Amino acid sequence: MKRISSREELLDYARQCEARMKAVGRRVLICVGTGCLANGADEVLREFERLGADVAAITKGGCDGFCEAGPLVRIVPDNVLYVKVKASDVPAIVERTLKQGEAIEELLYHHPVTNEAYHGEAEIPFYSSQTRVTLCNCGIIDPDELDQYIARDGYKALARAVCDLTPDDVVEEILDSGLRGRGGGGFPTGRKWMFARTAPGDVKYVVCNGDEGDPGAFMDRAVMEGDPHRVLEGLAIAGRAIGASHGYIYVRAEYPMAVGRLKRAVEQCRRVGLLGERILGTNFSFDVTIKEGAGAFVCGEETALLASIEGKRGMPKPRPPFPAQEGLFGKPTVINNVETLATVPSIILRGPAWFQSIGVEGSPGTKTFAITGQVANTGLIEIPTGKTLREVVYDIGGGIRGGGEFKAAQIGGPSGSCLPTELLDIKLDYDSLTRAGAMMGSGGLVIMDSGTCMVEVARFFMSFAQKESCGKCVPCREGTHRMLEILEKIVGGTATMDDLHILETLASVVKESSLCGLGRTAPNPVMATMKYFMDEYVAHIVEKRCPAGVCKALKRYEISESKCRGCTRCAQACPVGAISGEVRQVHVIDVAKCTRCGACVATCKFKAIAAV
Amino acid sequence: MALLETTHRDFANVSKIIGRHGKGQQELVPILQEVQAEYRYLPEEILSHISTAMGIPPATVYGVATFYAQFSLEPKGKYVIRVCDGTACHVRHSMPIYEAIRKKTGLRGKRITSADGLFTVETVACVGACGLAPVITINDEVYAQMTPEAAEMIIDALMNREVNPVETH
Repeated sequence: MKRISSREELLDYARQCEARMKAVGRRVLICVGTGCLANGADEVLREFERLGADVAAITKGGCDGFCEAGPLVRIVPDNVLYVKVKASDVPAIVERTLKQGEAIEELLYHHPVTNEAYHGEAEIPFYSSQTRVTLCNCGIIDPDELDQYIARDGYKALARAVCDLTPDDVVEEILDSGLRGRGGGGFPTGRKWMFARTAPGDVKYVVCNGDEGDPGAFMDRAVMEGDPHRVLEGLAIAGRAIGASHGYIYVRAEYPMAVGRLKRAVEQCRRVGLLGERILGTNFSFDVTIKEGAGAFVCGEETALLASIEGKRGMPKPRPPFPAQEGLFGKPTVINNVETLATVPSIILRGPAWFQSIGVEGSPGTKTFAITGQVANTGLIEIPTGKTLREVVYDIGGGIRGGGEFKAAQIGGPSGSCLPTELLDIKLDYDSLTRAGAMMGSGGLVIMDSGTCMVEVARFFMSFAQKESCGKCVPCREGTHRMLEILEKIVGGTATMDDLHILETLASVVKESSLCGLGRTAPNPVMATMKYFMDEYVAHIVEKRCPAGVCKALKRYEISESKCRGCTRCAQACPVGAISGEVRQVHVIDVAKCTRCGACVATCKFKAIAAV
Repeated sequence: MALLETTHRDFANVSKIIGRHGKGQQELVPILQEVQAEYRYLPEEILSHISTAMGIPPATVYGVATFYAQFSLEPKGKYVIRVCDGTACHVRHSMPIYEAIRKKTGLRGKRITSADGLFTVETVACVGACGLAPVITINDEVYAQMTPEAAEMIIDALMNREVNPVETH
């Protein structure tokens, strides 16, 4: 491919790419996101390439979000979506769908409750309730093909930003759009850019924060893997806005595929001149370095991330000075999250007014969420801000898996909060969530049902925060440790009500006095669960009982007299000899000897043993 | 001594890696990553060598090497099994899988690498495959919707491959 050295050449090339895409006619898109790959999408892809290449274009697509139903195969323009496709299904798809134009009923998505079959994604509630801006290309284009991105308006926003707009105009448009940082804080992106733009200095940097560390979140991963060029374009526009000629994308070590796709995208752009010297014939020069993280959650904090890029231990620094004044290598630096930057091209292309028209006032636009846990449809979604939690859980998520009852949604990971049943109608936008004492966070949304112990969830997040605390400041290093100890005592059944009061005090001390976001938000899950589920804490401490039946130390197994047939299997399976009983007689568990390993439950054929 | 010979060759290798990256401190993490990719861990004498070659104090190199979870100062097994204990995996019961794998690979107490050097078993905070929870990764390949039984079968298959390499492709 030759160099694209002006805007006219880009537009001309885009027309060619578009025409080529249209000329293909029928296309089979196989999702090769991490989820689908883990379920065998690569075999499906190979099988299609072997059998179907002469009847349709076989393309791989990035993560489409409906991970629960993967591997996904989409046939366009027929509007057919097949779910859970196996390599052995491919011959039938090629024969019947590609050659004879007939849909295969069994491979279509069926509603989990009504069992109704849906043809294409337009009708499936999981998709139809979404508004896709940031994810608009994910699953639709091959992330390894620059041409496909260009065919869908790729790099036209960059062209506008460098040819039509001054850097001040770019900042202005982002300010007017009301875009807020999608990484969790919700700080207005335009203001961040303005600070860095007006900071004195010739050398400035833009950094994309792809250190998506919150357990239970994978939005950024999907964008980096499914539409890497969009991230690059957003970063280049940020560079144009603040006057930076070099950008970094910091990707966490656990995302090797994202690293590979981004590196490839950077190479492609350098080859055609969309990165490098004098982009599109203007005097704007910009290049990007991909930096791999090495496994430290705290590096999601911006000052720690910068330290990590500089090759140091990834520890945060007190602010001010803010990175916009003194950031990477001491130069003014803007750090934006992946999703924020991936939203930028659409705003520059379609204007701030368009963006303001989506979602609610004060936090316009869309937000992606990774919806997981005990919900029927897990996956990645993008919704206009202001949709309610209920709509997300029941319309898009398809309700609770196995028909259970909703108990709480954990939002924002280890720095986040939980939303109980009474908050099901809360609007998911920055301000509504803040008013409710929660936060948007980066977009992890873990749905929990009655089988989840909220105290154990709090312990889980505290254990995470404690492990990831970098140890620089005392409140976080020591405070998380002590809080974890108390939570362990509670789930272990040895805590007193005094411990609970200490926990409460510690939580506010750690929150008030820690150096960085990790420590300041680490007590949030504890505080939220104490606010909404105090009865569970009390049950653990006073009654020595776990209402959800999760906490091992408080579990007591019992054999039902009516169900036990005296087959002796449990007595044989018990590793500590805690079960006694004669053949064909009801067996009994000796509570003193029982280690609550659950081996007997697993081995009983009559479901006679249960935890009480 | 055989050990010394290997070390000399190793130093040449490491020097090559440093040569490719340059000596600025911002290259330290990528250099350590490449070294670890080659040896599956960061041998102490190589850390000292990096320190001298790059002109960075040994304490700084050691500090960086011990800060990040990705780096290991002890040899890892041929198969590195990571059990995801992110929120989504945790609420879908990842811990019984972890315990089953440790039992299967004969790990007790604080040991994370099996005596035969085949398996290292650790937990990871989240691999971002939450839609498929619970997941494990073996040498970065994701295995979805795990159960303790399925994990045991996978390890059986790996053990068989080691004993009887012909049978597998």
